[in-house]
This record gives sequence, structure tokens and C-alpha cells, in this order.
Amino acid sequence: MEEMQPKLLDLIPNERGWGVTANDREMVIGGGFGVREEKKLELRLGLPGEEDWNANRKKTEGLCANVKPSFSLGLFGAPQTKQEAGLVTGEAQKIQAKADKQTSIVERKAIAHAATPPAATPLPSNSRAANAPVVGWPPVRSFRRNLASTSKTVLKPQKWASGTCAKFENSTKGLFVKINMDGVPIGRKIDLKAYDSYDKLSSAVDQLFRGLLADQRSEIGTEKNVEEKGRAIQGLLDGSGEYTLVYEDDEGDKMLVGDVPWEMFVSTAKRLRVLKSSDLSASTLRTTSRKRAATEC
Amino acid sequence: MKVQSAMFYFPEEVIEHIFSFLTHHPDRNTVSTVCKAWYKIERLSRREVFVGNCYAIRPDRAAARFPGLRSLTLKGKPHFADFDLVPPDWGGLAGPWIEAMARSCPNLEELRMKRMVVSDESLELLAHAFPNFKALVLVSCEGFSTDGLAAVARSCKSLRELDLQENEIEDRGPRWLNSFPDMCTSLVSLNFACLKGEVNLKSLERLVCRSPNLKCLRLNRAVPVETLAKIMNQCPNLEDLGTGSLLADQFSEAYVSLISALQKCKKLRCLSGFWDASPLCLLAVYPICANLTGLNLSYAPTVQGQDFINLIQHCVKLLRLWVLDSVGDKGLAVVASACKELQELRVFPSDLFAAGPATVTEEGLVAISTGCPKLNSLLYFCHSMTNSALITVSKNCPNFTRFRLCILEPRKPDPATNEPLDEGFGAVVKTCKNLRRFSISGLLTDQVFYYIGKYAKALEMLSIAFAGDTDQGMTYVLNGCKNLRKLEIRDCPFGDGALLADVTKYETMRSLWMSSCDISLRGCKALATKMPSLNVEIINEWEAEMEENLNNGVAEVISNNNNKHINNGNDERKVEKLYVYRTVGGPRTDAPDFVWTL
Repeated sequence: MEEMQPKLLDLIPNERGWGVTANDREMVIGGGFGVREEKKLELRLGLPGEEDWNANRKKTEGLCANVKPSFSLGLFGAPQTKQEAGLVTGEAQKIQAKADKQTSIVERKAIAHAATPPAATPLPSNSRAANAPVVGWPPVRSFRRNLASTSKTVLKPQKWASGTCAKFENSTKGLFVKINMDGVPIGRKIDLKAYDSYDKLSSAVDQLFRGLLADQRSEIGTEKNVEEKGRAIQGLLDGSGEYTLVYEDDEGDKMLVGDVPWEMFVSTAKRLRVLKSSDLSASTLRTTSRKRAATEC
Repeated sequence: MKVQSAMFYFPEEVIEHIFSFLTHHPDRNTVSTVCKAWYKIERLSRREVFVGNCYAIRPDRAAARFPGLRSLTLKGKPHFADFDLVPPDWGGLAGPWIEAMARSCPNLEELRMKRMVVSDESLELLAHAFPNFKALVLVSCEGFSTDGLAAVARSCKSLRELDLQENEIEDRGPRWLNSFPDMCTSLVSLNFACLKGEVNLKSLERLVCRSPNLKCLRLNRAVPVETLAKIMNQCPNLEDLGTGSLLADQFSEAYVSLISALQKCKKLRCLSGFWDASPLCLLAVYPICANLTGLNLSYAPTVQGQDFINLIQHCVKLLRLWVLDSVGDKGLAVVASACKELQELRVFPSDLFAAGPATVTEEGLVAISTGCPKLNSLLYFCHSMTNSALITVSKNCPNFTRFRLCILEPRKPDPATNEPLDEGFGAVVKTCKNLRRFSISGLLTDQVFYYIGKYAKALEMLSIAFAGDTDQGMTYVLNGCKNLRKLEIRDCPFGDGALLADVTKYETMRSLWMSSCDISLRGCKALATKMPSLNVEIINEWEAEMEENLNNGVAEVISNNNNKHINNGNDERKVEKLYVYRTVGGPRTDAPDFVWTL
């Protein structure tokens, strides 16, 4: 791990990129799109060939984990445009922010698949070339961030002749729930509205925690762990994998993810957990059949 | 001798009476240090306590010192938590405070909390433990649901104020509004604008009917125009109104009744809400504009262009205005010509990321400064700013006490000259002698900090991002700003040298936040060693390091708060987030795994 450190630092102007000149700043702020040719070639960290850049990026990140704050990402693997929409903690933007200081191909790819800000819907990367998002910037509270994305929604006046309840639809607003994983000390948040099926959610959870989990394991420091990086977290939904995805619903019960229709899940899920399958016992979960029977009565 | 004995007989009641005129808590803090007798008198007679950092003192100790306290204000998480820089579950728990108050200060009447985590259980406890409880104000808090609100509504019989500002509240249905007592309530102020869910409209109307003292009512987006009109017909004495959704058809009954209801509210001074406001509903508002002192349109992206201009030109007595930048420089120019009494302006960004058409620029700000010389508080998000504009603004408005400028693109220079904005911000600190709060942005070198250290003598809170060149920048500030209480820094090249330049300074401050800077674990440890009266906390999302004897496939990552992880590694590691604050409460007992107290 450590041997990567000098290589990366050698390639950064002024070692930390703080004292960059005005030209460099344009590059930095431009999200890497103004990359100069020689930089492009120098800082190529991954393997040639773009098809595998996801794995390479994770490798880089994992290796860089303890280098500098610029690199201490401690994050999941490659961001995919859609899933990024759901990640509130801004870890994805952190990659973004740190990546801005570098101009390697690997990080340019990261920018190209830019993490979108938590509440906005993902836009094509080119439109945000001018302002690559940085975590917590601009400094507006999440209330106002959500406003920016929901302002496009027009409220449909409902028939409220009965006068009891007013409902309003706001389909572009995110629904963020906390998600914790066994073995990872820090929880994340995930936007359920960003997905429309269990498979996509499962894949997002995999992306979210894969790198983190691998990095936890890699601390043990054996070579074989390098291969373990990027080992997918699979079988979350059917109990076949090492981990299983469960959720806590609005009544506080722990349920297996995947049993109820997706829409029902989104409307009742309050919190997600990724548990070790071996830790699951019948007593910790209510079986859905019982619950469904109860609600149908 | 005679004089001395006369002093011994100076009755305590008289001193206490004199102290009752001291309401400003720094003054009370000062008198309590004069002598033991005064300390005792002061502490027993203190009714309002302000705790700017909930970890600066243990709740029990505060409760024991001030047994007669009636009003408590608490602040929890660091300010940058508003921008997702503090991980969830960091802390700021209200529970221990409410429990301590329940044990020792049963006469508690008011509780104000900002950036704290409050549970429903705590709200239940609050509802039952304080028979005289009157006011609950929660700002940017989280951790509770509408069930907790129901508990407060149900059991606080003398509740006057329930003010919820920008909290994350879990919606468990509209039942909570029904929980207010059936007979007349004592409600004076009710604000639930931040609730995201449905509201039972009939319950709301009934509640308003039986709350004759209501002066301030802020509704959430789920309340339609029809209900708003009904409510306003019930409370013509309303002074502060937050509308619900202002969407109505032109000739609908709802619209007509809104107009007549608004006209009856002669005392209305402050308006907010305006969710989804249609131009027609804005028309309804014109008749009351002339008396408005406060207007918040910052949740109404539909109010822009000519609609905004038509509205604002009537608001000649306006003191406080919050808008979105979609009103444009043109809109701000109209504000400048109409609102001559303006004291506070906040311009929020409407579109955070797309580089769309320019919305507000330095022109808008210069226009405002020219037209509104009484301006003393500014929060301005813009796409660009020039030095000459800032110099002009500070000349026009020397009375700034709060000046926060956020240029959306980090490190952006003056577009006219391509230079840093040091001179512009420097002009602000030179001219505005009463500046207490300052946030700077754009391209900035150490020079701006030289100016701040030299001129900003009244400065209490400084927020810096993406600025500076060397440790000297931060050092200027620490050395020069005598009244500095809060310093928050992100993404600046300040390292251990700056951090350790003046360690005793931090004891005179409430807190220091540094994230994404250049400080190392070694520097933080040095600070912790030198200054035991500070809590030096680092927040790390490093992978927790494993103990060497763990060789199995999956490591036990859940770490505890022991020092193994801090001490077995390389001290040169960079610290991602540092939070330092003075405290008499010792290290936190509720710190999560990722917060390490050195």
C-alpha cells in the first residue's frame, strides 16, 4: 500500500495541489475537463483499457486509503450515475472533490460519471463540467437542496371537498433512509426513490458497501485481499449470500427485503440493514406472511 | 470599620433585584465572578441559561448550578453539520439534558434547541415533567416524529409556543394536531412549516378556532388556499403568517375568500411560505404589503420576474427579506428602490449546480447597498463578485454586523481583473467596525486573513472555505481577532503549524472546526496534550485499523473508544475532520465510534 504513495505525490503539482497556478485552477474547477495532455498521460493509474476501469478505480482508492486526506476515501466502488442520486452522505462527492485536484484518467472517469448532489436528479456529466459538485458545497441546508429539485413539480390541487386530508404529490423528492452494514462502523443514507426495483436496490447496496467492506478486510494485510477488493456483495435478497438485506418498517418490525411489492416497501421502509446471513434468526424477523395476514384483516 | 459592617448587612434581596435587570447572559456571567456571594445570588436567581455548545458542560452540573432556571437554550452539532459535513449519529443528544432538567429544574418553561437530536421519548418526558412548560423551539433538529409532537400537544397544558424550524421530522400521520386539548388552548405561536406530510385540515381549523391568542401561525405545504382563507377569517389579529400552498384558480371560491380574509388582517407584519404561489394569489397579497416588515419568499421559486417586482414594490416598510436568486439583479434593483428601511437580506441559490443563465451578480448587491443604507445583515449566494463591487458595498453600508457572501464556484477570482478577492473582503472588515459574523469565498490568499486579523476586532464567528495559501493565514486570524468565538474552516491549506500557533486561544473560543485541511494526527495530539481543558475530537471515516492478532477472514470492525486505534498507527496521517471546543465536562461519554477524543 505504502509504495503507491510517493508515486501519486510525485505527480501532483506542489505535492498537495494547494498552490496551483491560475491555469491549474481552471483545470481543477473545470472538473478535469481541461486536462492537459501531459497530465493525462502521466497520471494514468489504472490498467489500459476502459472496460475495467471500475475495478481499477476501486483498487486505487483502496490503496490510497491511508495516504492523505485527499485520498482517504474509504468508500464504496465505482459510482454509477443512477445510484449516485441516492447517496446523501456525500461520499461520492468526496471522490469528486478530491478527484478535482488530480487529473488522472481514472479520476476523470469518476467525474464523467459524476455523483449528483443528493436531492437532484442525475444530469448528464457535460452539463456540470463547470461546477463539479463538492460535498457540502454550496453551503445550503438540505431543506433548500431539496427545493431546487422539487421546484419543477407542480402541485396538483386535489379534490378536498371532504375537507379531511390534503395530499400532495411530489414525485421528484428523495426518500432517504439510513442503511447500516454489519462490520462497517459508519452508516450511510440511501434514496429509495432512486430505484424502482429490488434488484436495483440490491445492486446499489452492493456498490455502496463493497469497497468499504473490502477495505476493512484489507487491513489484515495479506496479498489475497487485493483480489477480494471488488468482490461483489451478492445474494442480498434471497438469503444465498454472506449478507442479507433487511429493513425496519413503520411499525418498528424487522422484515426481509423483497417480500412485499416494491411500492409498498418504499412507503413503509424506515431503515435498512445489511446483516450477516448467519446472524439472522427467525426470531429477529417477523415473517411477512403473518404480517400481511394481519393487515388484510 | 463602619463602612465594612454596613456592607455585610447589604441585603441579598436587593442585589437579587438589581440582577433582575441583567438579562444579557454575558453580563450575568460576569457578575457571577465578582465574589462568592454574588455567584450564589446570581445562580439562584438566574432564569435563562444559554449553552452554546451542549458538550461544554454536563447537563447535571448546569441544572445543579441554576436550580431556578426557567428557560434553556442549547446548541448541539457544529454549524457545518447543516451541510452534511458531520456524519449521522455524531451526537448532540437532547435526552440527557431533558432528563437532567426533569430531575432538578421542574419549573422549566422554555426549551430552545438547535442542531440537536431529540427522541420521541424525550419529548414525552418533557411533556410530563414540566407542569408550567410554555415554549418549545426546535431548529434544525432531528430524531423525532409527529408522535413526539402529539405528546407535547396533549400534555403541555399551558403551551404557548410550538416552533419547528427546518427540522427533520418523521411523519407518522396527521393525528398530532388532534392532540391539543379540547378546550381553549393558550397557543400564541404555532409553526409546523417544515412538516412534510399531510395535515388534517378540519383539525387545523378547529384548533385555530379554539386558540384565541394566536399571533403567529406557519402552515406547511399541505394546507390549501381554502383552508388558509378559513383560518384567516378566524384570526384577524394574526401578526405572522406562513402560508401553505398558494395555488388557486382565478375565480375559485378559495381565491375570493382569501382576498377578503387577508384584507381583514390589519396586524399582519410578517409573511412566509408561498409554496407554489400562483401569480393570482400574489395579487391577493398586495393590499397587505405596505405594512410588512418581514417577507420570506425563499421557498417559492415560482415567484420571480415581473411577479416579484409587482409584489415587492409595495413593501415599503420591509426590514427583512429572504428571496431566491431567481429574482435576478433586476429584482434586487427594485428592492433597492422600494425597500428603503431594509436591514436584512438573504438571497439563496435556486439552482445549485447547473451553470444556467446568470441570476444574481455583484450588480444586484451594489444596487441594494446603494438603495438600502441601513442594511446590516447579508447572506448572498451569487455566481460572481468583484473587488470593486465589494469596496462600493462596504462604503455604502458601513453598518454590517453579519456579512456572508458565497460565490458558488470555489476559488473563483474577480472576473474583471482575475485577481483574488482579498481587497474586496478587506474593505468590508476595514469599514464595518461592528462586524460580528463573516463568511468569505472566492479566490483568496493569506492577504485577506491579514486584513481580518488586523481590522475585524469585533468578529465573533468566521467561516472559511477554499481559501488561503499557508499557515500564516490562519495564524493572522487567531492572533488578531480578539473576540473570536467560532472558527470554522474547510478545504484550506492550513496545517499543524497554524493549528498550534496559539493554543491558548482556543480556550477563549467556543469551538474550532477544521475539515479537509492539512493537519495531521501528530498536530492534533500535540494540541490535546498542551490543552487539557479542550476536547480535541477527530472524526474519521478511515477504515478502523485492525489489531494485529486478528487474522481471520472478516475482521471485527466495530471498534470501541479505546486508544488502540489512535496509538498504533502513523501519526503523520492526515486528519480529515477536527472539532475542538472548550469544556468543563471532560471527554464526551456518548461519542460514537468514529469520533475519537484525543
